[in-house]
Amino acid sequence: MNVLRSVFLRREAGIFVMIILFCATVGLYKPQFLTSQSLRIVLLLTPLIMIGAMAQMLILVARHVDLSIGSTLGFSAMVAGLMYRDFPDVWWIIGFPVAILTGAVLGLVNGLLVTIFKLPSIIVTLGTLSLYRGLTFIISDARQINRANIPTELKAMSRTSPIFDIPWIILIAFAVALMTYVVARHTQLGRQIYALGSNPDAAPLRGIDVTKVTLIVFTLSGALCGLAGILYASRWGFVNPSNTGAGFEFQVIAAVVIGGVSINGGVGTVLGTVLGVLLLGCVAAALPLLGIPGSTQNAIYGAVILIALLIDRSVRQRGVVSLSRGVA
Amino acid sequence: MSDVPMLIEARGISKQFGGVEVLSDVDLDLHAGEIHALLGENGAGKSTFAKILAGVHRPTSGTLRLNGESVRISSPMAAQKLGIALIHQEPVSFPDLSVAENIVMGRHGTGLLARVPWAKIIADARRYMEMLGVLIDVTRPMRGLSIANQQMVEIARALASDSRLIIMDEPTAPLTPREVDTLFTIARQLREEGRTIIFISHRLEEVRMLCDRLTIFRDGAHIATRTIDSIPDDEIIRLMIGRTLTKYMRKHTAEIGDMALEVSNLTCAGAFEDISFSLRKGEIIGLGGLVGAGRTDVARALFGVAPATSGQIRVGGKVARIEKPTDAIELGLAFVPEDRAGDGIFGTLPVEHNLTAAIPEKIAPRGVIRRSLERKISRKSVDDLSIRLASLGQPIVELSGGNQQKVILARWLLTEPEILILDEPTRGIDIGVKAEFYDMIGDLAEAGRAILLISSELPELLSLCDRILVMSEGRLMAEIPREKATQENVMQAAVPRSGVAA
Repeated sequence: MNVLRSVFLRREAGIFVMIILFCATVGLYKPQFLTSQSLRIVLLLTPLIMIGAMAQMLILVARHVDLSIGSTLGFSAMVAGLMYRDFPDVWWIIGFPVAILTGAVLGLVNGLLVTIFKLPSIIVTLGTLSLYRGLTFIISDARQINRANIPTELKAMSRTSPIFDIPWIILIAFAVALMTYVVARHTQLGRQIYALGSNPDAAPLRGIDVTKVTLIVFTLSGALCGLAGILYASRWGFVNPSNTGAGFEFQVIAAVVIGGVSINGGVGTVLGTVLGVLLLGCVAAALPLLGIPGSTQNAIYGAVILIALLIDRSVRQRGVVSLSRGVA
Repeated sequence: MSDVPMLIEARGISKQFGGVEVLSDVDLDLHAGEIHALLGENGAGKSTFAKILAGVHRPTSGTLRLNGESVRISSPMAAQKLGIALIHQEPVSFPDLSVAENIVMGRHGTGLLARVPWAKIIADARRYMEMLGVLIDVTRPMRGLSIANQQMVEIARALASDSRLIIMDEPTAPLTPREVDTLFTIARQLREEGRTIIFISHRLEEVRMLCDRLTIFRDGAHIATRTIDSIPDDEIIRLMIGRTLTKYMRKHTAEIGDMALEVSNLTCAGAFEDISFSLRKGEIIGLGGLVGAGRTDVARALFGVAPATSGQIRVGGKVARIEKPTDAIELGLAFVPEDRAGDGIFGTLPVEHNLTAAIPEKIAPRGVIRRSLERKISRKSVDDLSIRLASLGQPIVELSGGNQQKVILARWLLTEPEILILDEPTRGIDIGVKAEFYDMIGDLAEAGRAILLISSELPELLSLCDRILVMSEGRLMAEIPREKATQENVMQAAVPRSGVAA
């Protein structure tokens, strides 16, 4: 009984219920929403956000924020895209380490600005959000990398599957989630990230190297955005200096916050974040089906986020506690 | 005692904070395997000394020897490596992490990607909590734990650190007698194992039950170290307070007028109980006692910050319902809080905005702030209280502590309060400004205001107040009229000496 109770009191249970309710409601009007085909659509909408959300979760838990992730994604994708266009003979796989390393460097720059100059991360990454986007225009001469320049094998990853007919790109996203879970839950690093975010003043008193942990978290965020960048090229088959990754930070932070990660640090689980991403994916998949025009989709998107947060808030005020970590 | 091995030899330890000397030239020897009490009034330097040993503060001068070897304790981690653990007076914890993680946090030397041995961590934590007789789920988050249990986690953390020297800074304050008992049993056990414990407490009874020797600090200096059996209670109290301070005398007492405030049976569960007193216009009442006696809680209840759970407050003869600060302000109360930085000032705002913060309707009669009026009112306050500043537009943080405090006082005087509650108004203020404050408080009483003065400085209470109420552990212990009040009888009432189950 106690076990059951604690399961229902968990934050994740709330999001899960929200997903079910949402899908059931939409299914009432459009029964075709409740098919495996639309599950596939939902899953295909989410891999990039899933990867970004894992990075952002760790950042928020450490009581920071990274607004530059969309631009980091765009820049990394552009670097890989330029490589494909200008050096067509390079093995297509090389695009992965190139994009990931590029992203890691950009993330490290964020981390260094935050730690060395003691600047608040929201300001630093607001600056680099614009800076990295600008650099993307500069290195690309403001020209798009076209479909013809992206290797076929890379594009195929979004469609072909090694197993169970699940495309590579989805498998990669879930692998990232699994790895994040292991880091958050089962390594000293993960424990120190939670401790740092929970009480930054106490962290050094308990022997945590705050600078090191902060740098690692930002670098990791950049690297994951680099991975999301190369997968963007795979999924959409082009890299555009102004579109690629634009608004990514909004979707990612929305998913993470819906997933129960606290803006105030110290709280958040991988499971909650995954569910937050899926809820957002369901909404994104349902809107076109319900015939809602693209022009109003943004407003609905925003409303869903606020409603989710309000429901969560009022439920928790009635004494339901968010268990911070537990078995995620 | 030269045959007893020494664990710590401290020589000439001094510590200054921004020019204020809080510890001066302290020598102290700690034997291996003893429980050593550290006693003294609030602000005597006990906690500072403890924090120096634990690496939280570094001494301005002086040397430390550990087992005969000279050591520099440069950080909390260094102290931990040397086997010194500090149980903080206020628990330092990670609220979102589990109890188990809080107990072991800081005890890991392995790399960042090393696996966290969850099973072992949980088993260890459970063992230590069982040892302390605390039955809580160690996997639950720290947030929401009672203060007593937080304290127990803090103690468990010290046990888990396997230290040679464990410093307990007022560990028993939030604990129940049964928990105190358990703690003492464990402390004695640790002594048997040859570990040393420094026990900081205000409760003489506890000190007598537990400790082998005691050391008394006063005004940052080491006064005496004795074996526990060789010194009676009266002598301890005399040594704790026996200071010669410049006597300040109130020029003249004001005429006592009508009843301003009557408090009967005021109770706030967990903070104070059954507090009754009355305060007349023109009267200054002192509220004395040790830190944690519940004095500030009473003030906060009167001002509606944390309302009392039962009892009655009458203001000017009428029953008053005070549920939030604005209720209190409307009734003519003003409260100058103790924690200036936290509760009082708007640091980055100019002095004048700080001054007029409590009277928005006066400076903005029709909803729009009239700058000329604001300036005029501010200018007058600055002159009245002789606040020293460069300009009214200066951010308040640039002022000295004493002048900041004057600004806060001036802010509340602008509301023209009938009843003024001052919580440690002269803490951290230098002597010169202090005297000005005393004059000001005297003048305010003479102008017919009723004043409740909370202070930990006995001379301040003795010289300023018409009557002194003394609180101890949430209860009113004594009410002493001005003529009869002495440092001794106030301190006697303030020091809790019973209430511990043997």
